[in-house]
Amino acid sequence: MTTSPLLKHPTNLMGILQLRRSWAVNGLLSLSLLASIGLSLCLGSFPTPLGEVLHALAAPRQSDIAFIIWELRLPRILLAVLVGAALAIAGAILQGIVRNPLASPDVIGITSGAAMAAVMFLALLSPQLSISWLPLAALCGALFAALLVFLLAWKDGVSPTRMVLVGIGLAAAMGAVTTLLIVISDDTAAMVAYVWLTGSLYAAQWQDVMGMLPWLLVAVPLCLSYARHMDTMALGDSVAQGLGVSLLRSRLVLMACSVALAGAAVAFAGGLSFVGLMAPHMAAKLVGRQFARLVPVSGLIGALIVLYADLLGRVAFLPKDLPAGVFVSGIGAPFFVYLLHRTRHRRD
Amino acid sequence: MTHPSTQPPRLIGEALQVGYDAQRVLDGVDIAIAEGKLTVLPGPNGSGKSTLLKTLARTLTPSAGHVYLDGKDIHRRNTREVATQLGILPQGPVAPEGLSVKQLVSMGRFPHQRLWQRDAVQDANAISEAMAYTNVTEFAERNVDALSGGQRQRCWIAMVLAQQTDLMLLDEPTTFLDLKVQVDLLDLLSRLAHERGRTLLLVLHDLNLAAAYADHLVMMCDGQIITSGAPSEVFTATNLKRVFDLDAHVIDDPESGNPICIPRKRPAKNVEKAAKECITQRRLA
Repeated sequence: MTTSPLLKHPTNLMGILQLRRSWAVNGLLSLSLLASIGLSLCLGSFPTPLGEVLHALAAPRQSDIAFIIWELRLPRILLAVLVGAALAIAGAILQGIVRNPLASPDVIGITSGAAMAAVMFLALLSPQLSISWLPLAALCGALFAALLVFLLAWKDGVSPTRMVLVGIGLAAAMGAVTTLLIVISDDTAAMVAYVWLTGSLYAAQWQDVMGMLPWLLVAVPLCLSYARHMDTMALGDSVAQGLGVSLLRSRLVLMACSVALAGAAVAFAGGLSFVGLMAPHMAAKLVGRQFARLVPVSGLIGALIVLYADLLGRVAFLPKDLPAGVFVSGIGAPFFVYLLHRTRHRRD
Repeated sequence: MTHPSTQPPRLIGEALQVGYDAQRVLDGVDIAIAEGKLTVLPGPNGSGKSTLLKTLARTLTPSAGHVYLDGKDIHRRNTREVATQLGILPQGPVAPEGLSVKQLVSMGRFPHQRLWQRDAVQDANAISEAMAYTNVTEFAERNVDALSGGQRQRCWIAMVLAQQTDLMLLDEPTTFLDLKVQVDLLDLLSRLAHERGRTLLLVLHDLNLAAAYADHLVMMCDGQIITSGAPSEVFTATNLKRVFDLDAHVIDDPESGNPICIPRKRPAKNVEKAAKECITQRRLA
């Protein structure tokens, strides 16, 4: 290998160390995610030794254990990983666009839009239409909310602050509609709606995993191709414009990625809040806010959070199977208060 | 040393009109930025200097009139292509927390890089050269937010330098800095014009610094250019009174020969009169 031209400059040493650190963080997180997936496959109402799990993975459809592993645990675990990663990356994108560490898909109305549409579907259409249409309804809701935020915040382009304010207002309004719908719908529909709103991976199937995967495969590379645009936008609108960034186009593309990721995650796993807020923060602590480094680390952390939240819900209160959202919010809400507290003290 | 200014200007504003919400901030401004010179827009806030700079920088779109870069309307050109020829430093830029000097300066390479195609050697050279020129190499790995005001401003100038543009527009690059630091920065910027042949346009608050460093002064009042030219021609007591409503007398610095203005203290009577005028004006408004 020839020496990289970057090595010729002594000042690049720290930069290279940072790069090493970023690789190390990614490597460690990936390993712990793999280990956690392994652990999750072993645990359940019928705990299975790792050897049997590996055996069952190698030989699907040949035993009861293989059925449990392949059809019950694996799709649920994979969906948790994908949903967690999607929510975390959606949050990282939003925090970058609006330049506010408190932004997340929940705060800015995307999740509420999806929730409203999903509850509307459950309350008004569900007896007539199959439940498998629910993800589509939720996605439409997320997209609708994002468009509305964009349109209402428009005034010669979109400013981050107006987007946050409009988003918060819209989230509150849509939350009210959601509550109203639950109140007027019958008991069974209300029950399903409640569990869905908390965020649950119960009875996840392969078709959910396959429905979720394409969104990540498209949105993640697309948002990464705008990583440098995102980094320049962090310097302020005028500087970014001066460097030749088309602000409107970059914001539209990045926002679309965020909506697609958050919308799809909410569609398949319900309203898991706080992942999009927490994961990018932890990632930024580990590797800094440079977007190309932030995205993969956020994704891995988000995946771990949702995976463990679901594992807890699945095995800690047997025979009850609690929604993962309970545990995510349990950690997330105090974390949010801590962030608010910290930002306020920094300003003082 | 100095380049002959025979080259035709590349950046030209024609009949520019700009208004925020029915109030007109630029009212028919014509301007051509002299090549290889340091042009300064001096004076107090509210005269439209910053607005003119932003319009020339394509950050603001004029409601009438055009800005031409190399004969083409700058607001219709590909913004990234423009960024390879024209660099901007807006007023009071803020670096995000935890960004290192090196990272900030390397952002200047953005317009020269494509996703799959970048020249790592050229980028690294441009970055280290810009840092060396502005004397920030020693803090390369420090965080921008941990530096002093003057050091920070040098980092931002390094970022614009790494962009390697022939034209640079800087909006109040010396505001809120100590006099010594302001002088250091202006020395740096005038060397860019005179040694490197770059074309610079600066908005500066301080009249005397403007007169000392500018090759060309453009004096604005109420959204119009009142007069422009070399400091020795236009930096006169009459013009200072006419454009900035400043009572001052102008003398030549015995050492450099640059004009300097010294404001006149008003006698107590006049101060009272001025205060009264001010109050009646406020009542009318």
